[in-house]
Amino acid sequence: MTAAAAFFYLFAGVAIASGFMVIASRNPVASVLFLILAFVNAAGLFVLMGAEFLAMILIVVYVGAVAVLFLFVVMMLDVDFAQLRQGFQQYLPVGGLIGAIFLIELLLVVGSWTIDPGLVQAPLGNVAADDSFTNTAALGRVLYTEYAYFFQIAGLVLLVAMIGAIVLTLRDRPGVKRQNIAVQNARTQAMAVETRKVPSRQGVEV
Amino acid sequence: MTAAHSVLPTLAPLLPELILSVGVLVLILYGAFRGERSVEGVNVGALLLLVLAFFVVVTQPAGMKVTTLSGAFISDAFSRVMKGLVLLGSAATILLSRDYFQRERIDRFEFPVLILLCTIGMMVMASANDLIALYLGLELQSLAAYVIAAFHRDDLKSTEAGLKYFVLGALSSGMLLYGASLVYGFTGTVSFPGIVSALHGDPGFGIVLGIVFVAAGVAFKMSAVPFHMWTPDVYEGSPTPVTAFFASAPKMAAVAMTVRLFIGAFPDVTAIWQQIIIFIAIASMALGSFAAIGQRNIKRLMAYSSIGNIGYALIGLAAGSEEGVRGVVIYMIIYLAMTLGAFAVILSLRRRNEMFETIDDLSGLSRTHPVLAFCLAAMMFSLAGIPPLAGFFAKFYVFAAAIKAGLVALAVIGVVTSVVGAYYYLRIVKVMYFDEARAPYEAMAPGLRIVLAISSVVVILFWLLPAPLVGAAGAAAKSLF
Repeated sequence: MTAAAAFFYLFAGVAIASGFMVIASRNPVASVLFLILAFVNAAGLFVLMGAEFLAMILIVVYVGAVAVLFLFVVMMLDVDFAQLRQGFQQYLPVGGLIGAIFLIELLLVVGSWTIDPGLVQAPLGNVAADDSFTNTAALGRVLYTEYAYFFQIAGLVLLVAMIGAIVLTLRDRPGVKRQNIAVQNARTQAMAVETRKVPSRQGVEV
Repeated sequence: MTAAHSVLPTLAPLLPELILSVGVLVLILYGAFRGERSVEGVNVGALLLLVLAFFVVVTQPAGMKVTTLSGAFISDAFSRVMKGLVLLGSAATILLSRDYFQRERIDRFEFPVLILLCTIGMMVMASANDLIALYLGLELQSLAAYVIAAFHRDDLKSTEAGLKYFVLGALSSGMLLYGASLVYGFTGTVSFPGIVSALHGDPGFGIVLGIVFVAAGVAFKMSAVPFHMWTPDVYEGSPTPVTAFFASAPKMAAVAMTVRLFIGAFPDVTAIWQQIIIFIAIASMALGSFAAIGQRNIKRLMAYSSIGNIGYALIGLAAGSEEGVRGVVIYMIIYLAMTLGAFAVILSLRRRNEMFETIDDLSGLSRTHPVLAFCLAAMMFSLAGIPPLAGFFAKFYVFAAAIKAGLVALAVIGVVTSVVGAYYYLRIVKVMYFDEARAPYEAMAPGLRIVLAISSVVVILFWLLPAPLVGAAGAAAKSLF
């Protein structure tokens, strides 16, 4: 119990600190790296809650794909963050107000729940909770059986996304030099080099 | 648990979807390996697949009502009629698109492939028996639609149409999902029969909020007011065959999904959604009639016309009765014929490589192309609701259902707006028959001729033999109640 609490404070503390560093850091690449650190710590919090599948998905999707994409964009586009930050003072009141509203809402939700746990109604239907197997096993049991239909349609949706990206962006440019490995391998010295006798004062046709 | 899972679900009702899914994968491979030379083959293959799937849908046993795949998929008379309409709309699109795409030099094999994938999505929507299947079908349909809206990618208007459609479509999907999550949260289930059994008496505010958001999401997909803003721009910017597609098949699927959702999942809380549908219907009819008056571009005019027509169809749903749903199905059948016929004429307004899209370009069409003008005049008279053309019966059935359900005011508003709408439909007839003739257009492509001939026959001769279509619509409505 104490170990779990210690880890909770470790993950939560590092997550908040790195979240702060994301907006405070001067170097955008460092910001993205701090964002990754925040994601990893949030994944740790999920593991502590017993949501191990969500934790791994967070690592795979957000750290593996989204954050790396950010990194590419930041490195390739050369965004001038100093300029973006110029209006910081100007937007501070509005931003602060929105932040304060969020904070009050969160306090209200948590506060009312602490005062009366029965306030949150149970759904009309019955959703059975079963602790005998893990989240991942539970998902695995239904994903390819009960929900195989949805899985297949989701596959078709991804296929459409792929075809769409190709249709809208792929162009046949004329005059592009492409590598033809078979031709390269088949080259011999005779094909590549030609020896000519150069007559004096006349030159050769190239 | 394991025993139940090891059994393969019943796949026979899924045969049309399976044919299209396997067929589309084969066509993609064929297209990818053969490259540019495969366009003709992929188009013919797609057309054959759609016709084959249509015959499989039509020949499925009439009384069959089965749910399969853990209750996510339902096949009943309603889903079969709507799938038949969707397949006809998609097949007509491929016929309409050939000539246009070749001349615009955007003739690529991905177009029929995307139409097929879109069709699969629409069939999933028509057969959806739970919220997840509904959403996935909708996304499959919408994503393919975004891409084909921007298919003319070197054309500024087409790419703008695609982008606009995508951004607003994503917003509406978000609203639909939010509503669906509320419904799931307050009922504890996503399946329509489960929602029916969980909802009785006073459902509470959460459910009302969920239904409102879901209604907003589906209204966007049907392009009903107040979620119609994208329609005129997307219709005008997209390549014309794509516009014809948007105005036909996806409307069928969106209406099928809406009817199934409200009648299938919320039959005991009619009072909540009925007022939403009535408002949407009145607003759509009014905007469709009044905003179309000032339009000069025929594609924009057809966009407003489709908004208005969705309003009329929704009158049947607002009635909430078996007769009302029968009216909706009849309306959609006839609307499909009228729209495809009108677009076949619009697509034939071409001189060399220039397309003509304004109403003034129709001027004097009756002298240069008498048959074309006659067919378009029939479509316009029918859209205006003048007997004995099919459009009159379409409106008649929905208005009759509304009056029977006690919604007399709604029916009266519908009649008034259709009189207003008649003005701009009849103005097209006037321009064609009484204005100065212009230089003649080129001869129609064979694909356009086929579509125009079939839809003209349906629109003009519907009154001679209405029984098969009305009977099919009646059976479809009966299977929902």
